[in-house]
Parts: sequence; C-alpha cells; structure tokens
Amino acid sequence: MRNQSVKNNIDWISVFIYITLVVLGWLNIYSSSLLSTDGTYQKQLIFIGCTIPLILVVLFVDGKFYEKYASIIFGVSLLSLAGLFLFGKTIAGQRCWYAIGSFTLQPSEFAKAATSLALAKYLSDTQINLKDFNRQMQALAIVFLPVILILPQPDPGSALIYSIFIIVLYREGLPSWYVLTGFITILLFVLTLVLEPYVVILIAALVLAIIYFKGRVVDRNIILSGMILAAVSAFVLSVNYVFENVFKQHHRDRFNILLGKSVDMKGIGYNTNQSEIAIGSGGWIGKGFLEGTQTKGGFVPEQHTDYIFTTVGEEWGFVGSLIVISLFVGLFLRVIYLAERQKTKFSRVYGYCVAGILFTHFFVNIAMVVGIFPTIGVPLPFFSYGGSGLWGFTILLFIFLKMDANKVNEW
Amino acid sequence: MRKILLPTLIIIAASLLVIRVFYLQVVDDSFATKSDNNAIKKQYDYPERGYIYDRYGKLLVANQSSYDIMVIPREIKKDLNITEFCDLLKITKEEYQKRVAKATVYSPRLPSVFLSQLNKSEFAAFQEKIRKYNGFYFQKRSLRDYEVDYGANIFGFITQVDERLIAKNPYYNSGDLIGKQGVEQSYEEVLRGIKGIKYIQKDKYNREIGSYKNGKYDTIAVQGEDITLTIDAELQKYGEELMINKRGGIVAIEPKTGEILALVTAPSYDPAILVGRKRSKNYTLLYHDSIAKPLYDRGLLAEYPPGSPFKILTGLVALQEGVIDENIFTVSCHHGFSYARGRFMRCHCAGGQLQLHRAIYQSCNSYFGTAYMKTINKYQSPSAAVDVWSNHLKTFGLGQFMGYDLPTGKKGKIPNSKTYKQMYPNGGWRSTAIVSNAIGQGEVVMTPIQLANMMATIANQGYYFTPHIIKKIESKKIDPKFTTKHTTSIDKKYFPPIISGLFDVYNMGTASRLKVEGIDICGKTGTAENYTKINGVRTKLKDHSIFVAFAPKDNPKIAIAIMIENGGFGATVAGPIASLMIEKYLKKKISRTDLEIRVLNKSLKEEYAKLGGISAAEAIESTPKDSILKAKIIVPKKITPKAEIKKTTVDTTKDN
Repeated sequence: MRNQSVKNNIDWISVFIYITLVVLGWLNIYSSSLLSTDGTYQKQLIFIGCTIPLILVVLFVDGKFYEKYASIIFGVSLLSLAGLFLFGKTIAGQRCWYAIGSFTLQPSEFAKAATSLALAKYLSDTQINLKDFNRQMQALAIVFLPVILILPQPDPGSALIYSIFIIVLYREGLPSWYVLTGFITILLFVLTLVLEPYVVILIAALVLAIIYFKGRVVDRNIILSGMILAAVSAFVLSVNYVFENVFKQHHRDRFNILLGKSVDMKGIGYNTNQSEIAIGSGGWIGKGFLEGTQTKGGFVPEQHTDYIFTTVGEEWGFVGSLIVISLFVGLFLRVIYLAERQKTKFSRVYGYCVAGILFTHFFVNIAMVVGIFPTIGVPLPFFSYGGSGLWGFTILLFIFLKMDANKVNEW
Repeated sequence: MRKILLPTLIIIAASLLVIRVFYLQVVDDSFATKSDNNAIKKQYDYPERGYIYDRYGKLLVANQSSYDIMVIPREIKKDLNITEFCDLLKITKEEYQKRVAKATVYSPRLPSVFLSQLNKSEFAAFQEKIRKYNGFYFQKRSLRDYEVDYGANIFGFITQVDERLIAKNPYYNSGDLIGKQGVEQSYEEVLRGIKGIKYIQKDKYNREIGSYKNGKYDTIAVQGEDITLTIDAELQKYGEELMINKRGGIVAIEPKTGEILALVTAPSYDPAILVGRKRSKNYTLLYHDSIAKPLYDRGLLAEYPPGSPFKILTGLVALQEGVIDENIFTVSCHHGFSYARGRFMRCHCAGGQLQLHRAIYQSCNSYFGTAYMKTINKYQSPSAAVDVWSNHLKTFGLGQFMGYDLPTGKKGKIPNSKTYKQMYPNGGWRSTAIVSNAIGQGEVVMTPIQLANMMATIANQGYYFTPHIIKKIESKKIDPKFTTKHTTSIDKKYFPPIISGLFDVYNMGTASRLKVEGIDICGKTGTAENYTKINGVRTKLKDHSIFVAFAPKDNPKIAIAIMIENGGFGATVAGPIASLMIEKYLKKKISRTDLEIRVLNKSLKEEYAKLGGISAAEAIESTPKDSILKAKIIVPKKITPKAEIKKTTVDTTKDN
C-alpha cells in the first residue's frame, strides 16, 4: 500500500528532470573520458546503478523517520567529518576521503543533507522564533558546526556552499540585515579587489553621508553612522591586507583572472583559459557528441569532475548549455514550489535547503567554469564524476521527494 | 517578500550564466581559432612544382629535394648540445640563438622554419642525429633546379611567402614557398598545384592521437602542372651572351602569334644563385645594386622616348588621315626644317626632296615633322587632333599595359589632349609645340616590349596578338585573350609602303652594313637621349641605342626590339644585335661572325662607370675585384671563348 502511495504521490516532474540530468551527465563523462584508460565512465555507470537501491531505501523508509532521527543523523555526520582528521585519506592535499580498499567516500557530500535535516528539525519547533538573538545564534551554530570541520580539510568549496543557509534562515524569519550585511560584505570585498581601498572607503563615506542627510532628522544618528564607516574601513583595509599579505600568490591569481588582470596562461590561468576555449569553441550548436576537440585532447584539466560543463559547452554548444541550465533552474524552482506547499515546517525548511544547496553548487560550478567566479572545487550536481557527490545529491533530493509524496499523511 | 528572494536569486544567477555562455559561444568568435590551434594540427603535403619547358620542349626548370629544419621553441630541451648542433648545421651559436629567438617571437608552440632549403648533402649529417634534438624536425620540400644558367628574369624565383601575403591569402602559411617575378609569379597557381592538408587531433601533450573527424576534412595534394613557354631557349641564351658588359633589354616576338621568343635584360644573373641557403644573401646583393639593377627587367620596364622608330607610326597615322601619300607628297629637307618662326628641327638625312620611302630609310626628321604637323593641323582644334592621333596609337597597344602574362610592366605614354591641358592650362598650344612627338621624342614614351609589338604589328600589316610567354599549360587552355586578334585603326594598304621603306634601311639606309645573307630584314635605328645627375649637375649621357626590326620581310617570323643603355647611335650596338638575333632564330647559326665578335667585345662598362657603383678602373679590367658573386652579376654568362676574340674582355669566372 505504501509503495502504491509513493508511486502515485511522488513528484514525477522532479524525478524526470533528475533522471535527465544524470543521463546527460553520464554522456558527457563518457565523452570526456573516452580516451582515458582508467575506466572513469564505467565506474560512473556503477555509481549511477547504485543510486537505484539508494533511492528505493530513501523512499521506503517511514516518512517520519527523517524528522525523528534528524539530530542523530546530524550527529553521525559531524562525527564522520571529525573522523577524517584521524582516519581520512589525503588526495591532492585535501583530507576529505575515507578509503575502503580502492573505494573512497567523501563525508562532506552527505553532511549537507544531514545539516539540512538538522536545521529543518530545529526550525520546525514551534517555540523557535528567529527574531530572538539566541535562536539566531543557535540556528547559525547548526550551520557553522560542519563548516568548522570542513574548512581545515581544506575544502573551501564545500564550506562555501553552507552560506546559502543564510537565505533559508531569512525565509524562516531571520532579520533582513543579516542578508543585507552579507551582500554588502561581498560587494565591499569585490570592490576592494577591483579598486584601491581608499577609493572604496571614500565611496562608502559618500553613501553614508547621503543616507544621513536624506533621512529624517530624528533618525540621524551620527555615532551609528560613524561606527558603520569605521567598520567598513576596517573591513576594506583588512581585506586588502589579507589579500596582499596573507593570501598566497596562487590565491591572488584566482581573483586576478576574474578581474582581467594578466596572469600566466600556462600556469594558474591555464584552467580557466582552456575551459573558456572549450566552451567558446562550441558555438551555437556545438561540435557534436564525441567530436569535441578540446575534450578529446584532454586540454581542460579535471574535465570529468569540476569542469564537466565544458564538455556540454563544446559538444552541445549554446543550445545544449541553455537546455542544461534550464533543466537545473526548472528543478530548483520546482523544489521551491513544492517546498512552499508543504504542510509541515520541517519539510518546507528542508525543501528550501535542498533547492538552496543544489543551486549554490550549480552556480558556483558553472560560474567558475565560464570564468566569472574564482577557481574553487565544487561539483556540478548529478553531472560531475564521483560516487559520493552523486549519492549525496540523490539522497538530498529524494528525502525531500519522499516528504513531499508523504505529505497527505502528515497532519 | 521573503518567499521570492531565493527564486529571484536563482533566476538572476542563471541569466548571468546564460549571458556569459552566450558571450563565449556566440558573441566572441575567437575561441574556435584558439581551439583549433590547441587541438588540431594541420599537416601539409606539398606537391612538386610544375616543370618549365621552352617552346621546343627543352627542359629549363625542374626540381630538386631540399630540407627545411623546423623548430617548436618550447619543445627544445634545456640540455641540448648547442655546439654539436651548430656544427652539424654549420651555423654559429649566435645564429642559433637569433633563429630560436625569432621563432619564439612567432610562436613558442607552433612550428616555424629554423633553417630553410638545405640540400641533400647539407642535410645528410644532420638527419642521422635529428632524433636527439627534441623540438626540431624536418620538412622535405622541393626546390627549383635550373637546367640552364640564363632566363632568370623570365623564370623569376621562389621565396618564402611574406607575412603580408599570409594575412591576405589564406592559402599560404608561414614558411610556404611562392613564386616571385617572372612566370613563377604569373603562373604561381598553375605551377604550385594545391597542397594537401591532413587534420590531426592532438592532445594536451601535443601528441597526435588520430585523425580529426576520420579525415573528413583532409584533402589530397594536387600536383603542380608543367608549363611550356614561348621562349626559344637558344635564342634567349644567345641574347643574354650578346648583352654581356652592356645594360639594356631585348624583346623578340613571333608576329603571327604574339609569342615572346626571347626576353633579355642585362645585367642578369644565374637563376641558380637564388636557390638554397645562399639565396637570401645573394638576393640582398642583387636587390641593393641600385645602379645596375639586375632585378629590373629592362625589356618590360625601361620606358624611354623611342626616337626614330616612332616615325613609322607617325607615317602610318598621316597616311590613314590622308594628309600624306606614298609618292606625291614631298618635303624638302635642308639638314632640318623650320617649323615655326625661330624654331628649327635638325635632320641628319642626306637632304633634298624626299618622298615617304626615302624619308623612312634615311630617317628624315623634316619629313615626319611636317607629316605630323599636317595631321594635327587637319583638325580645327589641336586638342581634337591630338586625341585622334593618340587613339590611332592606342590601337597599337601603346600608352597602356599590354596585358601580357608577366607580372611587371609599364604603360609607356602616348599624350592626348588632357596631357597638354595639364601642361598648358591656358591653352594656346598648337602643332608646333608638340612637333617633337613626330620623331618619338617630346611626350612619347615606350618600353622595349611595346616597340617589339609595334614591329610585330607592322610585320602583320595591321594586327597583333597580345604578347605572351605561355605556350601550353598541361591541362588548361591558355588565356583566350592571347589568341584574340587586335586590329589597328590603320588600313592594311598603308603598311606596304612603310615596310618597303624599312627594308631599304638595310639596303640604302642606316643599317646597310648589318645585312644578313639570305634574310630580308626590315628595321629602323633609333636613339634616346637621356640625362642623369652627376654630383648634382644634370648631365647628358651617351644616347640609348635603339633598334627595331622584323624578318623575313614577306613572311615575318620574328619581330624584335633592342635597347642598349648609353649604346650611342642605333646602328652601332643595337643594330648588330638585331641582325645576330634574327639570324640565330631563322638560320640557327651565325654567318656574320664579324658582327658577333664586335658585339661580344663591346663593353660599355666605362660609360656606366660614370653613373657610379663600379669604378672606372674596375670597368676596364675584366676581372672584378669584388666577390665572386658580384662578378657573376656583372658578367653573368659563360661565353664559349672564340678563337677570333683577340682581346678577351669577357669574364668567365663562375662560382660552381
């Protein structure tokens, strides 16, 4: 009977988009690894095959299981992250994996789902009001606990993803100045890199002055304005200091590429340059499946993992890229739409987390590949090669689809 | 508000990505090229260049194998043994550094020519060790192999294509060879064939990993085609030998077809010196010799007032315009005639009462001056008259590019009313002002090939075919414009009296001592005044010697024009050369050996020394003190030493 209800109630639109993305992803992995001998696309096929039992398990677990055991799942996830410091395997300088024989597992890929569950669980408590400062701190603590464990691995890409939880919290009542501060921080950061620090401070002072004098006289608070300006100046100067003195050259170069400053195209600029060439040479309709010369020649490093979108761009052209982007956007909006119609706060918050996490991966990954975001290792959901990633995203999505299918039973 | 933040963010972010992708893939089209540079290697298969034959099928130009050493600078190993490498190629270390630097500037990743055109023996030693030198490889090329040591101006030469042309013509790539000057240039596309291209997919390590798209775009090389020239190799060779120690040009044309039988310019050079590694050094020497100008084809380019031979045309136009006739119209010459108050045109003819016939063979200035003035005065306005006259001459192919199939040329000049409007903006000029045109001076300018074509037209009694040097292309017909008859505006009936006058130039006129037994030659002597600046002073030099002729009179087989710079009176140098060339062509052997010895020993070097460039002493001494090459340029050809030559002024040194 339950089987019947899941089949009838599951959101087939999301499932269809999911399957399409996984299939397209595999075709592109196949193309990009056709000439390599280490069995990449065969392995990915096995990974994809494994998602079927995984999905079935996720769907057949009792609908209440996730809410009931959210804290325990989160705890286990944190332990698995912490355990990396003791038992983790280091690959390319990153201690992100558990190795079981030749098989590796990346716990951070699963931690996102766990964190989402924990956050949903925490916020679903009717007692929780995010107007309360303590509650705000507790909610943020849930988000930052895994980040603290992930950052030193080091895996800044995975850590970066957690920033999207701010938006989720905002949806659930976090005061808007958090988001505003976040945006202004990013803006100041970028401006400081593009312009001279004192110019940025000057602009900030000017903006503050305008707000000060345009506002109502009773609202004028010279001390607050002064403090904001001081904070802004401190931030700008410290960003500049960190960038110039703490960052290593290869960090600086990652930004310099984006800012159009000249970098060595054979060194740090190589990835982005090759990636842009591969995508750019695709033209309107691409070179055709298995016909990408850059893909065949292996010019784009890590093409089957983080740079998988270059294969889409080269072989399927603008039309193919547009279709892939549209499929992703369709999935995100569909998940948000489903989340908004959830009857419980728990599944709504969780749905939001799913959309947010997938979206952040999608944007950071493609933006990096097309050269408008610094080089940072983040996989493209369902597309990039790798078992942990694929399974993590699949579990993340299907837990939500299970909740959505189960909503008729929830009162 | 809180609900729409994430969807809005998603849509904005996705739009940003789409715009960026659109920019990369559609707006900015530079990536396709970058991608091809990255991943696609084009391998060229150069076809062998077509051979060149003379009109009788004698092979003139063939091919030999040569090897280009190519370099991809960034693949050069740091531990390359430069000393050994340079020894093998016989270059200096400095040269090595310079060439690698130059290649790196072009592109560190793409191959460029390191050392070009090594011959088999130069390459052999290097070939054994080439595997040791990463970043270096070789490309086999075929180079020209000249079977003859003359005809350099006709053949032109092969050189590396320059950057400007690469940008303009997508067929050529850096390092490709291209024909320059001569038939190598004008028949470049026929001779070169089409190179084959193989597209090869490379990987990031620059390894070849198979053909691109299974060779879908690959093309097979198309062999270059052989061409047969209208040149008579023996005649060409003889002409060049006769021109040793002289400067000037000879053009011989077969009147009935317009085929160029010989095209001589002097000084010339052995075409073989522009092949192989010494090519660029030698070319520079030739190029910078601005006095003797060995690369300047005088037969095609030397524009001078034609002098007396032009009287033929003055006569023909006057006949056509009906202002003179063959027998009745008479001019009396008193060592010249005064054509306006205080204006007198001098004449060297015997004087007395002249009709057309004697006027021609005695080259009477007074007669043709009068005839010309009558032509102009026939019309109300002198400008209308000049245009009528000018249009007649244009039907002889004068004052314009003739359309022959060699890449250089000059229009010459035939003045018309516009010319004089510029010279006399206020008008008021009359026939008296332009009378010197009558005797081929004034504003009239012609090139030797135009003179030769003029003689061909007279030989044909009123028509000509555009002169051309191509006789046959392997698979194609030659340009139909070379088989199209051009008819002049002069009626056929006016030609015989002129021809009989030209015939008597040899019987009773200026060329009476140049007759060749058994051949009826019609000809005309001429001189062209010329000036130069010596130490800033305009100085008159010895006249250029001009001679035009055709033969035999009744069935013309050769029309010829000869111009010798500073050769003096037409009959002294140019005339004998005409007789010898005609005899050589028609009889294949020389009976006037007296003329031959005279011509071969005639050196004008002393005269040329006045222009600078070679010292007077050097000009007198037959052995040049300069490099052997220079010797070859000044004295380009081997002369079979003849026993009769008493004092050898001919240098036979040759770099072998």
